[in-house]
Amino acid sequence: MHIRNKQDFWSGVMFLVLGLGFALGATKYSMGTAARMGPGYFPFWLGICMAVLGTGVSLGAMSPKAEKVKMEKFDWGITVILLGSVALSGLFMNYLGVYISVFLLVFLSSFAGHDVNWKVAAINGLFLVLFVWLAFIKGLGLIFPLWPSFLGN
Amino acid sequence: MELIDHLMLGLSVAMSLENVAYCLLGCLLGTLIGVLPGIGPVPTIAMLLPITYVLPPVAGLIMLAGIYYGAQYGGSTTAILVALPGETSAVVTVLDGHQMARNGRAGAALAIAALGSFFAGCVATVLLAGFAPPLAEVAFKFGPAEYFSLMVLGLIGAVVLASGSLPKAICMILLGLLLGMVGTDVNSGVARYDFGIPELQDGIDFAVVAMGVFGFAEIMTNLELKDQRVEITGKVGSLYPNKQEFKEAWPACVRGTALGSALGILPGGGAVLSSFASYTLEKKLSKNPERFGKGHPAGLAGPESANNAAAQTSFIPLLTLGIPGNAVTALMIGAMTIHNIQPGPQVMTSHPELFWGLIVSMWIGNLMLIVLNLPLVGLWIKLLKVPYRILFPAILVFCTIGVYSLNYNVFDIWMTAAFGLVGYVWAKLKCEGAPLLLGLVLGPMMEENFRRALLLARGDYSTFVTRPLSAALLAGAAALIVIVALPSIKKKRQETFVEEG
Repeated sequence: MHIRNKQDFWSGVMFLVLGLGFALGATKYSMGTAARMGPGYFPFWLGICMAVLGTGVSLGAMSPKAEKVKMEKFDWGITVILLGSVALSGLFMNYLGVYISVFLLVFLSSFAGHDVNWKVAAINGLFLVLFVWLAFIKGLGLIFPLWPSFLGN
Repeated sequence: MELIDHLMLGLSVAMSLENVAYCLLGCLLGTLIGVLPGIGPVPTIAMLLPITYVLPPVAGLIMLAGIYYGAQYGGSTTAILVALPGETSAVVTVLDGHQMARNGRAGAALAIAALGSFFAGCVATVLLAGFAPPLAEVAFKFGPAEYFSLMVLGLIGAVVLASGSLPKAICMILLGLLLGMVGTDVNSGVARYDFGIPELQDGIDFAVVAMGVFGFAEIMTNLELKDQRVEITGKVGSLYPNKQEFKEAWPACVRGTALGSALGILPGGGAVLSSFASYTLEKKLSKNPERFGKGHPAGLAGPESANNAAAQTSFIPLLTLGIPGNAVTALMIGAMTIHNIQPGPQVMTSHPELFWGLIVSMWIGNLMLIVLNLPLVGLWIKLLKVPYRILFPAILVFCTIGVYSLNYNVFDIWMTAAFGLVGYVWAKLKCEGAPLLLGLVLGPMMEENFRRALLLARGDYSTFVTRPLSAALLAGAAALIVIVALPSIKKKRQETFVEEG
């Protein structure tokens, strides 16, 4: 057997694993009967259906008739910078407040772009902090922790 | 005339100062994100959902709807002037619209697109007003079995009509349904798949998934491409189409409107499919198809009218049955539930001001969009010069603030980042996000109706096929799958989506 369509093959594997995982998880809850279903019934069968279909997708990708498709390249650098800065801003939100978190989010995530210029990134950050203040805090009156909690107020 | 009374009610609601203002805001935002490539209506609506908490429900829905159809107008501007589809539904507009611009007819192309969209929008609004009440009547006859079957048909329809691999799309629906199971089960009170995390007991918010999978993942895939330098073709020139262009455009516009309206009602129809279908139709009907792709006005007017008509008629299943047909209407369901409005046929009777206000606001919104897009086109062109490296951090900020304000809990921010990661992986595996989102929104509803139907039938599965309405709906779903699986159609389907590319 030869994997011809790599994209489909790995998607199928993912569906198989997730489907089995959900089905297995569902067995922890009571199943009930068709007339009186427990919380496990519906997710269990959904999971099984997904696992079966996923297997089909994977097998289809190995058939000799399948189109040859390679995996696309993953750019983990971008992913780490982008999602890392988002996750960090979540971490900072409660301690440093919304202004500093937003600025850091803009500044750090800018490094995921091609032509990084830290001055542009900083100005952009300040501008967006201003925008957040104007639109969300003043305009819509959303309640955020504004400043670092250790400064107290 | 009942219809007139209803429309007058709608008019009085939609014309209130507050609602006009939010309609304008929605249209402005819609045009803005439509013009800018790299951000579409789905993440935008997801970002703004939490904000509609503070608005009255009518104003919130009017604004969100405005974003959706506003994006159809804005998308065409970028497509015509820069040959970049600002919006997926504008992919086809690039073909002939940009060629017209190259031939020095940019202004005329913009005018044809905007006027075609306006015409389509007006017709679709009337259709919505006319068709929704009788459809809602039918929906009242639905029991849980029918609702379950209807959702099956809706979900299958959504993937059959979309592009991409069918089995993978069905898997994504199932995954979406399963993600919808996360959280407390309403019948038994058992918290499912919560891994002991209290935040997960309330379930996964679809705004989180939408922003992660559509917003974040899209930024990452965009950043991988080299920065696209935007080059704007020549001057806009006269905004008036000449006689010849007008003569060629209007029949296409009428046909596009009809086609788009019909496809929009179907689950999964929506703007993208109808613009492709309309282009193919125009090319087939034309006496000189060789002129298509070289700046034929019909190749522009047809798809432009079709996508706007479809964007509006896709509200018909949403407002009458409570069933979303595409990702945007799925988010609208969420917006309604935020305000404790149970989507479904009863909306029309229990919240008539919301229902008719929304419909009339669409007409007003279309009128605004004409003004926003034609005389002010210069303003939008300037916006196109904003480089992506400035833009994407802004999108990140709005997403982050948006999810945080859902529950004021940073856990949601981390969840969104996690969905951004899986969304990126899915993009690489060519697994589409839209069916997942539909499944996620429909999951709890579907389980509820499935359970209730079998409870009523004492566990007898045949209830789904012995009740005639339910059987018809399921047969429809099965027929769709069979039709698409037929080899000849399969080939054709691939052609329609690949062609013209």
